[in-house]
This record gives sequence, C-alpha cells and structure tokens, in this order.
Amino acid sequence: MPTPANAAYVRRTAAPALPPPRLSQGAIAWARANLFSSALSGAATLALVALALWALPPLIAWATTRAVWSAPDGALCRAHQDGACWAFVAHKLDYLRYGSYPVAERWRVDAVEIVGAALIAWMLWPRAPRRGLGAALFFLGFPALAFALLHGAETLGLPLVDTLLWGGVFVSLATALVGIVFSLPLGVLLALGRRSSLPIVQAASVVFIEFVRGVPFIVVLYMANNMLPLFLPSGWAPDRFVPPLVGTALFAAAYMAEDVRGGLQSLDKGQVEGAMALGLGYWRTTRLVVLPQALTRVIPGVVNNFIGLFKDTTLVAVVGMVDFLAAMDNAFKDAAWSGPTILPTGYVFAGLFYFVFCYGMSRYSAAMERRLAVGRAG
Amino acid sequence: MAAREPSRSWLANDPRARGIVTQGLLAAALVALAWMGWRNVVANMQARGIPMGFGFWDETAGFDINQSLIAYSAVSTYGRAFWVGLLNTLMVGAISIALATPLGFAVGVARLSPNWILSKAALVYVELMRNTPLLLQLAFWYNAVLKTLPGPRQSLSLGGFVLLNNRGLYLPRPEFAAGAAWVAAALALAIVAAWALRRWARRRRALSGERAPVTIAALVLVVGLPTLAYFSAGEPIGFSFARLSGFNLAGGVQLHPEFAALTFGLVTYTAGFIAEIVRAGALAVPRGQSEAALALGLHRAQTMKLVVVPQALRLIVPPLTSQYLNVVKNSSLAVFVGYPDLALIFAGTVLNQTHAAVQVMAITMAVYLVISLAVSFSLNLFNARNALQER
Repeated sequence: MPTPANAAYVRRTAAPALPPPRLSQGAIAWARANLFSSALSGAATLALVALALWALPPLIAWATTRAVWSAPDGALCRAHQDGACWAFVAHKLDYLRYGSYPVAERWRVDAVEIVGAALIAWMLWPRAPRRGLGAALFFLGFPALAFALLHGAETLGLPLVDTLLWGGVFVSLATALVGIVFSLPLGVLLALGRRSSLPIVQAASVVFIEFVRGVPFIVVLYMANNMLPLFLPSGWAPDRFVPPLVGTALFAAAYMAEDVRGGLQSLDKGQVEGAMALGLGYWRTTRLVVLPQALTRVIPGVVNNFIGLFKDTTLVAVVGMVDFLAAMDNAFKDAAWSGPTILPTGYVFAGLFYFVFCYGMSRYSAAMERRLAVGRAG
Repeated sequence: MAAREPSRSWLANDPRARGIVTQGLLAAALVALAWMGWRNVVANMQARGIPMGFGFWDETAGFDINQSLIAYSAVSTYGRAFWVGLLNTLMVGAISIALATPLGFAVGVARLSPNWILSKAALVYVELMRNTPLLLQLAFWYNAVLKTLPGPRQSLSLGGFVLLNNRGLYLPRPEFAAGAAWVAAALALAIVAAWALRRWARRRRALSGERAPVTIAALVLVVGLPTLAYFSAGEPIGFSFARLSGFNLAGGVQLHPEFAALTFGLVTYTAGFIAEIVRAGALAVPRGQSEAALALGLHRAQTMKLVVVPQALRLIVPPLTSQYLNVVKNSSLAVFVGYPDLALIFAGTVLNQTHAAVQVMAITMAVYLVISLAVSFSLNLFNARNALQER
C-alpha cells in the first residue's frame, strides 16, 4: 500500500511490546488471584495465617529446640514439660522395633526387613527388570524365608523364638505381609468366583465377601480368636498368632476381591471373546489374557487397600498381639519414664511412622494411577 | 452328525458338564468342611462344658455398664446387656455420622477453594487424617488429651455453657415443663404449613411464572409459631447447666470421656474421607455444566444449587454411604477406649463370661450385617430415585 503523500511519519517496524501491568504478574498478582480474590477469601487467608503464626512456632519449638533429646531416664523430661521427650523414644527404640525378641537373634528380623524392602522395591519400581520374578519371589519365596528366620528353623541352626516374645514394628509389618501375601491370590479367586457363571461358585463367593465386608475387623479378630480353636479337632492347638493372622488374611481377601472385581469389570469384553475365538479355555483365557491386564489396572487400588490393611494392623492388639502401637503403650507403662510429655511424644512419633509409610504408599498409588491412565488413553 | 468326531462329545470337553462337576465338587467340599467344623465345634464345646443354645440370654449378667440408654444394672440379663451395647453402637454411629458429614463437606469445599492457603490447609488435614490409623488418633485423644485435662474444679469452660474436664464434656440439658408439648406441636404445625406453602408456590410458579417469597414466609412460620407458643405457654422450656457442687459437677448432660473421645476421633477421621469423596464428586461434574448455567444467567449460588450439586450428589452418595457403614464398623474401636458398645459388651465381656463363642459371634455378625444391609437398601432406594433419566 503506497504511503499517503500528506503522512508526516510512518512507522516501518513494530513497536516493542510493553511489559504487562505490574499488578498482573509476579507474586502480587498471584496473591490477588489466590489469596485475596474476594473479601471472604481475604478474611480466610488472614485468619489462617494468624492461626498458623499462633500454633506453628510453639509446636515446632516443642518438637525441636525445647525438646529433650537425650537423657538416662525420665527425670530430665519431667523437668522440661514444655518440650517433647525424644529421649524416651530413643531409649525405647529397640523395644519398639523388636519387642522382646532375643537380642542375639535380632539380626534375623533386620535381615527379613531388608530382603522384604528390596523385593518390594524390585516389584513396585516400574522400570525394574524382570518385575515378575521379583513379585514371584516376594509372594512365594519371601514368606517362607521370613517364617524360617523369624520363627526359627532348627535344621538350619536357627533357634526357635516363641511368638510370646514377638513385638513392635516387625509384628505390624509381618501382619501386613501375611495379609497381602494371602489376600491377593485368595482375592483373585473370590473375584473370579463372583463373576463366574456357575451359580454355586458365585453364591459362595458373594456370601463370603459380603459377610466379611459387613463386619468390623475387630469382630473378625474376635471371631478368629474364639472360634477357630473350636473349629479345629481337639488335639490341634494353633500358635496364638495363627488365629489373628488367619482373620487378617480372610478380612483382607474380601476387600481385595472387590478391588480385583473392579479391574475385571473394566476389561473390554472383546478381550475374553478374542481369546475364546482363538480357542483358549477358561483358565488359559484368565491366566494369559484377563489377569495380566486386570491386575495391572488394580495396582493403585491394591496399594490403597494395603494402606488400609497396614493401618488396621494396629487392631490386632485387641487379641493380645504386640504390634508397634501396643509396644508403644507398653513402653508408656515404664515407671522410670513417666511424665506428662511422654504420651504426646510417643503418639507423635507413632503418627510420624504411620504417616511416612501410608503417605508414601498413597503417593506411589497416585503415580501409578496417572501412569496407567496415560497408557490406556494412548 | 456323522462328521462330528467322537472325542468332541467326550464329557470332559463339554463346558456345561464341567461346570456341573466343578460346582458339585465345590458344594461337596463346602458341605464337608462345614460338617467337619460343626462336629469339631460340638465336640470341643462339650469337652469344655460350654452350653449349646441361647439359654445364657436370660441369665444374670453380673457386670456393670457405666453408660446406658436403657435401664440396666448388674442384675440385668445378658440379653439386656446386648441391647445396651447395640443402642450405644447405634448412638455413637448416628452422632458421628451427623457431625462428620457437615465437617467433611466443609473440608471438601475448602479443598476446592480458589484460596491457595485454605485449600492447602484442607489438604494437610485430609492427609493427616487418612494416613494415620484411627486407633492411634483415638488413643491420642483419649489418653494424651482427655485424660490429662484438669479435674472438675478447674474445668475448661466455654462461656459457662459447655464445660470440659477429665470426667467428660458437659453440655446444657434442655428441661421441659408442662406446656412444652404445645411448643413441639407448634413447630410440627409450622413445618407442615411451610411445606404446603412451598408446594403451592411451586405449582403457581409452574402455571403462571409468578414468584412468592417462600423462604422468608417459611422462616417466619418455623421460627415465629413455636416462639409464640413458647411465650403463650409460659416459657416451658429451659436449660440446666453443669455447675460445680462439692467436688463434682451437677446438672447438664455429661458425656463420658470414652464417648467424647470416640465420637471426636470418628468424626475427625471420617471427615477426612468424606472431604475426598466430596472433592472427587464436585470435580467430576464437567466445567461446561457450570459455565452453561452461568451463561444462562443463573448466579453462582443458583448454579451450585441447581446444576452442580444435584449432579455431584449422584456421584457422592454411593461412596458416602460406604463411609457411613465404615463409621458404624469403626465404632467397634470403642473396645480400646472402653466405651461400652456392642463389640466391647457383647463380643467381649459377654463372650468371656459365658464362653458361648459360636452363639455370641453369630448374633454379633448378624447385627452388623443387618445394619449393612439396611444402609445398602436405603442407598439403592436413593439411587433408584436419583438415577440419570436416560432417554
């Protein structure tokens, strides 16, 4: 387009862009949008900041600067009542981990925990090689190893350790382990049974699942403890750990079954039909086509289920097992360590322990869920 | 027919025949297991001298229960103790559900708030509640908080109306005099009238488009009518407050520390789960729904009330119901704080005294199953009424 003759000035290049208004970017804009978007929102912000300023510094000081970190007994903690008594936790740490397990044999507990942690990492880390082998070792080999090490095997030169002496963190972990190891295969069978076309199989599965899920875990534990010995022939006297562990496994299996059922239901019908068309029978279809896909999909659900199971292991104390929380309660009874700061310290420590475990697992489960969602959409 | 190979008709390759055989084997195994179990139970019970049958139901229990909604003493029967435990379970469950629902909705809404700090505060609450065991929380409230409170003389007081000390929580108790029935009748009448008014206004609006100030009228009715009755009947309703008399408190309603700790723990724990359900439900309603409602000229509150909430509720109610069931089941943690619920009184004390494990466990299971089934049944009713009308 030709320049008009009377034009005094024509811009040939674009003007440089102006910066955005100062209030629409940076921290101020963020605060306006996210903290003070309205009068009500601003009031909530101020109230919460005031609450945090009022509550957090004393809490942090209680846990750190004013806390008693080391002391031979509770006297120093009784003298410093405005701080936590971490010395108590440090002093009782061995008891909290091993209960009354003989000191000379505690390496066995450590070994089981290390092997278990390694296998779990192998099994759950998405990029690990041969994860299937890790899972097989965890579900088949590890329980046997754990039993031999924890309980003892005289043929291997490991003296027996009476379950009366068991206690602390490893009992919590072992209970959760028994729950997960037995509930997964049992849950898969129950879920398949529930979706079976055979009416008796289906009815048996539904009745079991709904009965167990309808009843509190504590009642299941009471039942296992009181009724299992009655159901066995009179000569059989199971170890006092067996009934609660059977109860835990059955309870977890019913919840697992519902998770697995969700995975089975999410599977496209064409998968089964395709396998049938190829001439695979029910079990081969299930083993080669249905389960590999369904079980991958239910990993997040299974991990969430495991979080619930791990929290529920605290309830086994009701039938006399000394889990971590029960060990903590026992530690509270030590007269040398009595004082007003002992209980809050112990509960905060226990809370941190469970929180780290459960929050970590829930993060993993959420990450897996995102991963699976991406895989399925693509 | 002639082309059919003989091996094809072999019974083992016929899925129907195999199904029948599998089922027959399973049924036989289950029956055998049940029969063997039953034989062992009978033999074991006879060997230990445990009575069969439910004769223990009418025997004297001989133990005391410190909290009971119905008359109970140590000379009452085991059957009476069962009802005490069941009512206590239902009471703590109902109260916890009633309190956890609004708290959970509030936290869930706060989690969705555009206010960053409010949303993060709600997140911290939810993660803390969901990732630590309920038993730990209960033990903390009961052992580390309620038991270390000062005694009645140094009660913590909220304006003198609510007192808290190591013997429990004291609330004002309403006291009804002779004319109180009139106030209740006036309230019932007002509610019925407000409901009728709303129906009439709706019908009129559907026909003519004219609006009526229903909300204000209903409010005036529901507040005004009982107030009028209250004063004309000579102020028949008053409150008795807990007051120090001697070394203890008198008057008001005393909530035992066990009950208070259990309820508080259940409410705060369950609210964390309800908050996540509410959040997921609200997020699942597509944004286009609320945007379209705003484009139609509805304001924010109307959008929420008429468009978002009805759709979110359809997604919220089923998991919410299972949370309610969890509350009832989790109330059995009463065992650990010593609140006399069904699990502690019946599955615990009664079982230990009578040794009638099979009978007591059967009854306990039946009770929890009936509660579960009743709640699932009402959920199905709700779902049927609110299901998406697909055309």
